[in-house]
Amino acid sequence: MILLETIAEPVAATGMFTWAWTMIAVPAVVAGLLLVAGKLSDAWGHLLATAAVFWSFAIAVCLFAEQLLAPATERAVSANLYTWFTVGQWDFQVGLLVDQLSILFAMLITGVGGLIHVYSIGYMSHDPRRRRFFAYLNLFIAAMLLLVLADNYLVLFVGWEGVGLASYLLISFWQHRPAAAAAGTKAFVMNRVGDLGMLMAISTMLAMFGSSKFTEVNAGAAGTEPMWATLIGLFLLLGACGKSAQVPLQAWLLDAMEGPTPVSALIHAATMVTAGVYLVVRSHALFEAAPIAQLAVVIVATVTLLAGAWIGTSQDDIKKVLAGSTMSQIGYMMLAAGIGPAGYAFAIFHLITHGFFKANMFLGAGSVMHGMNDDVNMRHYGGLSKAMKVTFLTFAMGYLAIIGFPFFSGYFSKDHIIEAAFADNTFIGICALIGAGITAFYMTRLMLMTFFGEERWLPGVHPHESPKVMTIPLIVLAVFSVGIGAVMNFWIQTWLEPALGIHAHELSLVPTPVGWMTMAVVALGVVAAWLVFGRSSIPVVAPATNNPVTLAGRNVLFGDQVNDFLFVTPAVALASAVDTTDAKGIDTAVDGLGRAFLGLSTQLRRLQTGYARSYALTMVVGVLLVGAVLILNLVG
Amino acid sequence: MMNPENYLILAAILFVIGALGVMLRRNALIAFLCVELMLNACNLAFVAGSHITGTLDGQTTAFFVMVVAAAEVVVGLAIIVSIYKTRRSTSVDDANLLKL
Repeated sequence: MILLETIAEPVAATGMFTWAWTMIAVPAVVAGLLLVAGKLSDAWGHLLATAAVFWSFAIAVCLFAEQLLAPATERAVSANLYTWFTVGQWDFQVGLLVDQLSILFAMLITGVGGLIHVYSIGYMSHDPRRRRFFAYLNLFIAAMLLLVLADNYLVLFVGWEGVGLASYLLISFWQHRPAAAAAGTKAFVMNRVGDLGMLMAISTMLAMFGSSKFTEVNAGAAGTEPMWATLIGLFLLLGACGKSAQVPLQAWLLDAMEGPTPVSALIHAATMVTAGVYLVVRSHALFEAAPIAQLAVVIVATVTLLAGAWIGTSQDDIKKVLAGSTMSQIGYMMLAAGIGPAGYAFAIFHLITHGFFKANMFLGAGSVMHGMNDDVNMRHYGGLSKAMKVTFLTFAMGYLAIIGFPFFSGYFSKDHIIEAAFADNTFIGICALIGAGITAFYMTRLMLMTFFGEERWLPGVHPHESPKVMTIPLIVLAVFSVGIGAVMNFWIQTWLEPALGIHAHELSLVPTPVGWMTMAVVALGVVAAWLVFGRSSIPVVAPATNNPVTLAGRNVLFGDQVNDFLFVTPAVALASAVDTTDAKGIDTAVDGLGRAFLGLSTQLRRLQTGYARSYALTMVVGVLLVGAVLILNLVG
Repeated sequence: MMNPENYLILAAILFVIGALGVMLRRNALIAFLCVELMLNACNLAFVAGSHITGTLDGQTTAFFVMVVAAAEVVVGLAIIVSIYKTRRSTSVDDANLLKL
């Protein structure tokens, strides 16, 4: 393969890079400390946790700077930490790979994560369990960094499970609410399905390549049989679907909004849910060797991006609209990752811009909820642009970024994906284009229902701007939402070129025909939303409707019902059948055997009379029998 | 010289008397004497056999049986005496705790 030759082997870690492991270790240790120290650390726990994340961020930025200064072939650095275990011919090392791809993730995770930590200090200030919340957040940061910095799939899987655990703990953080507890369990269980795919993929890799290291798997992928490559690709896709809430494992993401809003922003928008995209891009060589798996990625992504947008149009809960939007945007990233070498850089590009603007909007939504007594129903909002100026303005930046308003960050990243989709397949391109239109529609609806129109506030609610500790992260994220796209647009492809074996495409600031089309569709979406929601007043209670499209959207495309019908009901039936077999069949057999021996022994017990005479008689009879046999033998 | 088989017939009769005594009598001492009778019936048979075959094996075995009988008397009488001391009875049917 010609492409593989362009991938530079990672060089050994020196200097600053030997500190890379502290990025993971410091938040992990702080998380453990806060959980163990208990109430002793209530006063300063949140500050220590925030400091730990900024430590990781500082290291990440230093490493990034060193990489920028190094020549392109020496940017990828691997640091082998220690031998984990050795089984048979397999030798499992724990090692970190700091390359062009993982450093971008590390900076996104720690940068956005740090801002969200700061925000959470304000948002969770009235919560008696704030320290625990920060411990879990740090645990998440550590696990997520392990996920993206690992140099083999097995260590990646440890991080993968770690973020799953942190996600579970944080979704059900308010465990006294039954809905939150159920949502956490649901996310955990659905992620298990994806983890099964991951485990199968890793096992297959070990069987095929004898190693789970990225370098060895990528090197061996081109020579492997297409069937095995396809199998591994499909297993990885299953894993990615679980973690990134792609159809058919999408149902947990909307429920995950039961968690505190900073969690939704950090885990369920900016970082964890994009792990699936990272996985696909990281395994690019495997997917290139397996066109069927690539096609599966593209199909899943296209379905998800439309399904997410559909859900977004009809939910009334502000966080659930954003969650549907997250699904849809991750669909775009997966689409780009599935298209092949032409799309990898754009997948990562959109992932980063999305990380900023979606975190910005989630935190904005949290700020709105903070001012509205934790009400999430947009039908109770309206006219908030006057009450919360900073929140409104920062949210508007995120809004313009996500719909792809020219020269905001989403404009660059999403347009590239739509263009790459058109270059790959016209039908997929049209789907992506429609998705962009729907995105503009539901985001405009959200803006109009929340910040404009008449005030539909519930009695006793007095909206107010959030404290500075919450608004400053919003402002920083808003700045990134505006600018990050333009900054990275011409740079990202060249940067990722050595890590992913891609060739940079020419980009120009003048929109292509597809670009013009996208802008037209987006404008159409905005105007349509304004015609529906901007001109007339919005009912406080969602109007009853028989429109199947709306009903499906409000019910999250009946994802739960489908899962219930396909999996839960059969599983419950199977479980009760097993239970019946156990109680009626196996128990009866075992108990019957016991009862039979009991009856037999009751009969045999009578032989033991306790009279020496009868024992003597038995003995004599026995002797006579033996004698008779002997005599008969002698005669015979 | 008598027919040596007569000794064997006598030994069989004595053995059957002893065995019936063990099974039918309830007095522990009588049952015990019957056991001795059986042992000595065996001795008689051994000695008669020795005479018939013209070897010493039977006579040697008879000595062993006497030693066993002596040891058995020591243990057996001690048990009977201790049972009598606790129960004031030497009936074997009274010592019937050896059952479920």
